[in-house]
Amino acid sequence: MSDIAIIKIGNKIIVPIQNELNDIIAEKLQASILKTIESVGAKGLIIDVSTLSIIDSFMGRLLVDTAKMAQLMGCETALTGMRKEVVLTLVQLGLIISDINTSLNIEDGIELLDRIIRGRND
Amino acid sequence: MTNIQRDKIDIPVTSFEEVILARQLVRELMERLGFSLLAQTRIVTAVSELARNMVVHAKDGRLTATKVTQGARVGVNCIFQDSGPGIEDIDQAMREGYSTTKSLGLGLGGAKKLCGEFNITSSMGKGTKIDITEWVK
Repeated sequence: MSDIAIIKIGNKIIVPIQNELNDIIAEKLQASILKTIESVGAKGLIIDVSTLSIIDSFMGRLLVDTAKMAQLMGCETALTGMRKEVVLTLVQLGLIISDINTSLNIEDGIELLDRIIRGRND
Repeated sequence: MTNIQRDKIDIPVTSFEEVILARQLVRELMERLGFSLLAQTRIVTAVSELARNMVVHAKDGRLTATKVTQGARVGVNCIFQDSGPGIEDIDQAMREGYSTTKSLGLGLGGAKKLCGEFNITSSMGKGTKIDITEWVK
């Protein structure tokens, strides 16, 4: 629901997605992520999906779209914590999540985004 | 009517909330039957795609999931049935990237790739029935 935490740390925001979001709530979350990027001027977005037991085509598209939209707002995204069963299933489904930075966990995601953001400023 | 037993689930799927419930119940059933985590993830993803299709395209979808056996083999069978508009061209609907809604169009064809056995029958104006079966390896 709207009670999904969107945490601001420095120039980044972190969104730990909880399990089992239905389609409508997932779309609302996307809207509030974009709103938060705008209001805090975030340069980095971390979406952590480590608690998601599945990512189907709807959620996959939503995540990729969110990253693209964030990028248009000057904010880089890292998708973190995808489980190996989820990755294998996504590949078999034919949904290759490309054009999106991924990391094993939130910590790696923060480092990755720091490097990307630094690279942009150089 | 909702009927949830140890080896059989029979529930309506008419809202996005019920898609989530369908996912949870099929996962629990597969867990009880001894499926691997990967098999659970694959089939529950297919269930999510097919259940969502019923919510988007029909108003009265139902999911029946049951334990099935064949000799010593144990499996799960899921039937998705609705009396929605039906699918005019199943081959086209199964093709990757084909979608009448704003989805990625991976729903039907994608679900088929995730399942061991996949059967679909549909008639215009009468509805669609999709029958999937997966066996414990």
